[in-house]
Amino acid sequence: MRVHTQPLQGHVWKYGDNIDTDVIIPARYLNMSTPEELAVHCMEDLDPHFAAEVQAGDVIIGGANFGCGSSREHAPLAIKGAGISCVIAESFARIFYRNAINIGLPILICPAAARDAQTGDRLTVNLEAGRIINARSGQTHTTSAFPPFLMAIIEAGGLISYTRSKLAAR
Amino acid sequence: MGRTLAEKLILEHIDASASTRLGLHPGDLVEVAVDIVLANDITAPIALREFEKLGIERVFDPQKVVLVADHFSPNKDIRSAEQCAVMRRFAREQRLPHHYDVGRMGIEHVLLPEQGLVLPGDLVVGADSHTCTYGALGAFATGMGSTDIAVAMATGQIWMRIPETLRLVYTGALKPFVGGKDLILHTIGKIGVSGALYQAIEFAGPVIDRLSMAGRFTMANMAIEAGAKAGLFAVDAATEAYVTAANRTARPYQALAPDPDAHYAKVLEIDVSQIPLQVAYPHLPENAKPVEDARGVRIDQAVIGSCTNGRLEDLNIAAQVLEGHKVSNDVRCIVIPGTQQVYLDALREGLIETFIEAGAVVSTPTCGPCLGGYMGILAAGERAISTTNRNFRGRMGHTDSEVYLSGPAVAAASAVTGYITSPEEVIT
Ligand code: SF4
Repeated sequence: MRVHTQPLQGHVWKYGDNIDTDVIIPARYLNMSTPEELAVHCMEDLDPHFAAEVQAGDVIIGGANFGCGSSREHAPLAIKGAGISCVIAESFARIFYRNAINIGLPILICPAAARDAQTGDRLTVNLEAGRIINARSGQTHTTSAFPPFLMAIIEAGGLISYTRSKLAAR
Repeated sequence: MGRTLAEKLILEHIDASASTRLGLHPGDLVEVAVDIVLANDITAPIALREFEKLGIERVFDPQKVVLVADHFSPNKDIRSAEQCAVMRRFAREQRLPHHYDVGRMGIEHVLLPEQGLVLPGDLVVGADSHTCTYGALGAFATGMGSTDIAVAMATGQIWMRIPETLRLVYTGALKPFVGGKDLILHTIGKIGVSGALYQAIEFAGPVIDRLSMAGRFTMANMAIEAGAKAGLFAVDAATEAYVTAANRTARPYQALAPDPDAHYAKVLEIDVSQIPLQVAYPHLPENAKPVEDARGVRIDQAVIGSCTNGRLEDLNIAAQVLEGHKVSNDVRCIVIPGTQQVYLDALREGLIETFIEAGAVVSTPTCGPCLGGYMGILAAGERAISTTNRNFRGRMGHTDSEVYLSGPAVAAASAVTGYITSPEEVIT
């Protein structure tokens, strides 16, 4: 199954460096666990407009070390639940990066695209080619493709479906 | 070419021929076999939901799956009660001997080493970012998300990238009261919160050789606060004495050390003689400064505990400072022993009495206020000094509250005066 051959399109929500998992989803909501419930509180302490105004397909842009802090998968789940199609940052904290791939939330490391983008810009993202086009700036940015193993997880729709097919093939 | 400690530990857990191993290097993705898989009352419910989707009946080995109800437990509300109930049900169905519920539970990263569940040479994955704490034992331990943990619980295997290593060598003589917490805060201040992103840290040098196990756990615990995947210590006599202590299990273990000719991404030498007691300002652990710079910052709450500083040694230091003093009328001082055993030892040593006489409260083991769960939430505009590991915005309560991080001596001294204080000012 090829999940991401279609380019993703959406508007940018831009945030700074070291966006930690406590602001993505504060601990007071960790007594919930579904993407829908969590999405309502996503980014609440940093940007109260986000959850109310985010549109399906929108893109989050972060600076360095996006997703640092706790291992809570609630963070990428909240972002995915909010309808975000892709997160692009200068760099990611490693657990957040794994979690996003594992739950099938597309995620790209691309410092140039992250610096270029501003809140409200419209982006077109081609995951397979690692290409990001910014309609406002007219810039096209490319980033290195995923290693084949990670691409296989992404294409399967996440680690669970990937592992299921692997177990079935045994 | 020699191997770093991280490389050795990971290669020990790969099912491959000696020649294949020889060809593996930092940056390569490998499948590793895990010795312990851990989840808690926040991360287990999602992990168990994903586990079900895998269509597998049983966990790969009930002895190797550890579940701890520590974050919102004893349950703070109905939703958290439901989460613990999900975990409890799973533990019963799967007959998991290592499910730690109220009465037996403690903060996971204090509890697992204490119970002898993690030993040198192990490879541990946990759905909690501070799983890296066990690096103090010479185990490769790292935090992952719930989905990874579900797969590890089902298959006993998980993918991982072999990390490069940053070696930190500590030399010199420690100043009075300066401990593991000050060393790690200073280090994070130096290299930054992403200073070791995707790398393993190897802590070494004569200062580390003399450091207590509690101090090592504290340092390994905060490796993640520099973005590291693991924070590792070579096994020495202190480690061996710890793991063979009376109440821990006697599973065989493997003591590994890095090769002298290992290749490091970077080696940094840190002279501790110049490091004063540290305080990390809000809202990042890298904002570390000498305690003197923070002197006078008024506080409303002092928290002494957590997986960073909730061990007997930490409580001993706090009690030493509080002995014969009173907590300021303007401060709520909350002391949280890391486990039931720590609590009992502290009780027997008279520390609990010292805390209560000083006007502190002592809680059952729980993560509680560390992550803004309960048992000490801050209101808007309030400020805490805390021996925990994170001071992100809103971490301990209202988004307009502040957390300053320190070791137990500074937290206890500040509780007495009502403002950030060096212990030397209180103990005269
Ligand atoms: S004490 Fe704090 S940092 Fe440690 S496991 Fe609990 S919530 Fe996490």
